[in-house]
Amino acid sequence: MSELAPTNPKPFLRELINKPIVVTLKFNKTQYKGLLVSTDNYFNLQLTEAEEFIEGQSKGKIGDIFIRCNNVLWIGEDLQKKEEEPQTLDQQS
Amino acid sequence: MDTPLDLLKLNLDEKVFVKLRGAREMTGVLQAFDSHCNIVLSNATETIYELVDGELKSSTKGSEMVFVRGDSVTLITTPSD
Repeated sequence: MSELAPTNPKPFLRELINKPIVVTLKFNKTQYKGLLVSTDNYFNLQLTEAEEFIEGQSKGKIGDIFIRCNNVLWIGEDLQKKEEEPQTLDQQS
Repeated sequence: MDTPLDLLKLNLDEKVFVKLRGAREMTGVLQAFDSHCNIVLSNATETIYELVDGELKSSTKGSEMVFVRGDSVTLITTPSD
């Protein structure tokens, strides 16, 4: 019956903690892929094991990063990573 | 609560790499920050990237102590090299 179960932004992000995510910035076609460590009320982001992509090209691993909220266009789960390493994800959750 | 800004505290007094708007980067020792990401860096080096006649040029500026307004900050990390 209740097919329409709305997911609000905050619970959605909380569910993504410790999961691989993709963060796309508003500028330079920049993306960051990594594990989400934490977020706050402004949706500032802390990522670990992050890798930078500019125009789809990897610019290398950069480790722990803090992304200021205003630069973020969108945040999503890294579905590629999810397929590659489903076991490690299970251990973390 | 562990928020991203709380975790920045771990980088206080450590060397950080800050990416800024307008193809600028800065490295320096993180002295202070606040919720707007206003930051104070000591022994800072700013690198500015510019396209001159289609060629990427970079120039650097050093300063002993610098205040960076938060609105130009995009990313903060620890330098890899």
